[in-house]
Amino acid sequence: MKYAVDVKDLTRRFGDFVAVDKVSFQIAAGSIFGFLGPNGAGKSTVIRMLLGILPVSDGEGTVLGRDIRTQADAIRSQVGYMAQKFSLYEDLTVWENLQFFAGIFLVKDPGRLEHLLELLRLKDYRKTLAVALPGGIRQRLAFAVALVHDPEIVFLDEPTGAVDPALRRYFWEIIVDLSQSGKTVMVTTHYMDEVERCDQICFIYGGRLIAQGSPSELKREHVSGHIYQFEPTARLEALHALARLPDVRNPFPAGSAVRFQSEASLADLQPRVQSYLKTPLAQVRPTLEDVFISLVGAKK
Amino acid sequence: MIVQVRELAYRYGEAEALRGLSFEVPEGQVFGLVGPDGAGKTTLLKLIAGILPVQTGELLVLGENVGQTQVLVRQAIGYIPQRFSLYRDLTVEENVEFTARLYPLKPDFARRQQELLEMVDLARFRKRLADQLSGGMKQKLALLCALIHEPSLLLMDEPTTGVDPVSRREFWTLVFELQRTGLTVVASTPYMDEAEQFDRVALIHQGKFVRMGTTGEIRASLPGHVLEVECDKPFQARGVLQGYEVELFGDRIHVFMEKPSPEEVVERLKTGGIRTTRAELVPYSIEDVFLRVTA
Amino acid sequence: MWRRILAVIRKEFIQMRRDRLTMATMLGIPLIQLTLFGYAINTDVKHIPMGVVDYSRTEASRQLIASFTQSHYFDLMLVADSPRALTDGIDRGNIKVGLVIDPNYEKDIRLRRPARIQVLVDASDPQVATSTLANAQGIGQARSVELLLQNLRPGTEYGVNGMPVDVQVRAWFNPDLVSANYIVPGLIGIILTMTMMMITSMAIVRERETGTMEQLVTTPVRPIELMVGKIVPYVVVGYIQVTVALLVGVILFRVPIRGSLPLLYLLCLLQIVSYLGLGLLVSTIARSQQQAMQMSFLMFLPTMLLSGFMFPREGMPVLAQKLGLLLPLTYFLQILRGIILKGVGMDYLFRYIWPMLLLLCAIYALALFRFGKRD
Repeated sequence: MKYAVDVKDLTRRFGDFVAVDKVSFQIAAGSIFGFLGPNGAGKSTVIRMLLGILPVSDGEGTVLGRDIRTQADAIRSQVGYMAQKFSLYEDLTVWENLQFFAGIFLVKDPGRLEHLLELLRLKDYRKTLAVALPGGIRQRLAFAVALVHDPEIVFLDEPTGAVDPALRRYFWEIIVDLSQSGKTVMVTTHYMDEVERCDQICFIYGGRLIAQGSPSELKREHVSGHIYQFEPTARLEALHALARLPDVRNPFPAGSAVRFQSEASLADLQPRVQSYLKTPLAQVRPTLEDVFISLVGAKK
Repeated sequence: MIVQVRELAYRYGEAEALRGLSFEVPEGQVFGLVGPDGAGKTTLLKLIAGILPVQTGELLVLGENVGQTQVLVRQAIGYIPQRFSLYRDLTVEENVEFTARLYPLKPDFARRQQELLEMVDLARFRKRLADQLSGGMKQKLALLCALIHEPSLLLMDEPTTGVDPVSRREFWTLVFELQRTGLTVVASTPYMDEAEQFDRVALIHQGKFVRMGTTGEIRASLPGHVLEVECDKPFQARGVLQGYEVELFGDRIHVFMEKPSPEEVVERLKTGGIRTTRAELVPYSIEDVFLRVTA
Repeated sequence: MWRRILAVIRKEFIQMRRDRLTMATMLGIPLIQLTLFGYAINTDVKHIPMGVVDYSRTEASRQLIASFTQSHYFDLMLVADSPRALTDGIDRGNIKVGLVIDPNYEKDIRLRRPARIQVLVDASDPQVATSTLANAQGIGQARSVELLLQNLRPGTEYGVNGMPVDVQVRAWFNPDLVSANYIVPGLIGIILTMTMMMITSMAIVRERETGTMEQLVTTPVRPIELMVGKIVPYVVVGYIQVTVALLVGVILFRVPIRGSLPLLYLLCLLQIVSYLGLGLLVSTIARSQQQAMQMSFLMFLPTMLLSGFMFPREGMPVLAQKLGLLLPLTYFLQILRGIILKGVGMDYLFRYIWPMLLLLCAIYALALFRFGKRD
């Protein structure tokens, strides 16, 4: 089996509304696949179709070589899923939640749950009701549940939304470890810095796939011109002024700085933005954030 | 001062949510509360909004004690809770009108509604059900409703959580436009990069402010230096740089060091088989500070 | 398959243990309902205001009146001199029952001829009418008199004018707690109907509301496994309710259980599982716990009326009778009353069991069909 996931022209309609429109992609087994796009673009709908929770309107696809339209039961026993919204039992403890899902997945190895408690640093919370867990620890539990049956593929829907920066990094260490042990990970996130760690990325917008490739391919293909950045003296004025320049695209705040794209050279731009500069205008390396902004900016 | 807080603490039963906070927010400032889920951001905002009663410490909003249900003070506050709390089965317009009717109706209501609708770019969607708006548009509607009664203080609890990077930026730009009209804002966010735009920021961790000040002050609050390195194998760099404090930032790494010695790091990377394309000393970012002070 | 079902059952039990309030309500319902209903209905049939016209004015007629008033079922409120005055009293609501004693009453008794008394009943209140009829007949029989019952309200079914005493009446006349015997079995049926339907529908809709269903459907658990796992714990709850209700009935109201207790418990399963299944059906339609509750109520009220719990089905229009046949409770009430009051066995009950089984299959076929759709 070459691809862990292989979908072709996947389509889902709700009445007249086309939520997912002819989406095709492949995920190589053992890779990390970043699935990106604004809210409501259709990411969760695609994941739900891959899991067989939602019937496919058109198109076809396989997960682990099995047809998503007819073999959903077989797929589900080898796939882990972490929902965007916390969806475990709040009136059960950490241990009881794990035990319940272990029962559902017929996990036989008694050491598996202990291993997960260890991996996600949940040992101290074993007997705590899920409802009483702080946000970050809930996410750790949800992650543990997704891994309870040692699945071949894990679908993680915004696992790092609203967790602290240290935990975000720790989650990604686990994700990378999973991939190195041969598991496939499909992950959605709004943190563009995280996406750099993906092997392949898919951008979906308005239900359509608008770009895909590795992080470096995407930066090469979808950021035209150069990326410039400076610390402004007055942010709003600088943004307004940049918006009026014809050869400047997508000016936006990046932390305390202002960032934009342009074909023009540094020397050409320098005098035109001079009055707004607190720090010198600098040409910087594009990030995936720039890719995302130029893709969405172009669509808007 | 719009908000004055002294030694404010709050507990839910046994659990301490806030442990002795003191700060002030002057008029026209955007004050940011930055921290992960469960740090105490929501509790603090609810206290300022008068939704939770003050247990210990002092809290003044517009010089008044909000705890004692001062109707006038409440009318001066606009509050956007974390969860979308407008009526999903009402249209944009119906939501705005309903909210407006909860407050004394101003004679120029119609004009203000129109202005705000245009400002947040929802005029086109007047007749659309709130449920059918995208995540970013929902937050703009929430903003509109929080502003319809012309409050002087706007409180927002993670207004951009789960909103895509483009919509997030549009939202904050809108807030900064509003700031120019004299609005004071206290807002929370889990996104460290957003925090850098605020006038003042409090880094909140386990119910305490671990840092507070302007972005510049917070950056300067830690000793040592940050070396930002761009290299061809950033994810392996950490293993190579044993003995250094290293954090990953997208495809680059931040190396924290007491003495600035970029050459040493580049050399170490080179012997580990990693080619460095850029190594530059940069100021601490808010995220750097947060990672280091909560470690 | 069994391990997954066991996992679901285990989880349900843990959740039940945590949700003390719901559990207390589940046990409290049979306790409180039975106590309240039992007592409320008993006081209803006692102390009925009565008026008398005594044309006989003899020792025998006074004894007859005394036997009425001493029974606690009737209070003498009016002594009149004509039947006309009695009907006026009933119209005004001062009395509900009128007794007219024939001038020849004493003579008839002495000559061992059937003595004649006439009973006027305010039949606008069927509860009062039924029990008055029964009580008056019982008392009358003790005095070996012939009763002439006259109805004062049209369209009721007590038109037995001039009828001699029917000896059969004695069979369902119970001098102490006539209604408790009748009401306790019915209430067991009603309680099981209401709580079973609500408890499953809410438990499933809650999973959908909190999002846990989203996680569940991504696992290999099959709809049928989930259904079985959800139902088994509530069967246990149902049996606890039956036990509580029977204990209250026996201890507090001294309801005799004349038939086989094991058979009663066995057949309760049909009722419990049927209404748990209807709860599952509700859960496939309702979108929130609130809707599930409302829908359960919507189904509950007609059930109470059409099943024959409140009023005898025989008196209902044909359409209502036919609709009643579609409710498992209709048959279950017959089974309950059959076993508890009449002490009958399988051979007699079989004609109620097979329609219940048919309905059960229909409910589950539909529930499984609706439940299997994952969206």
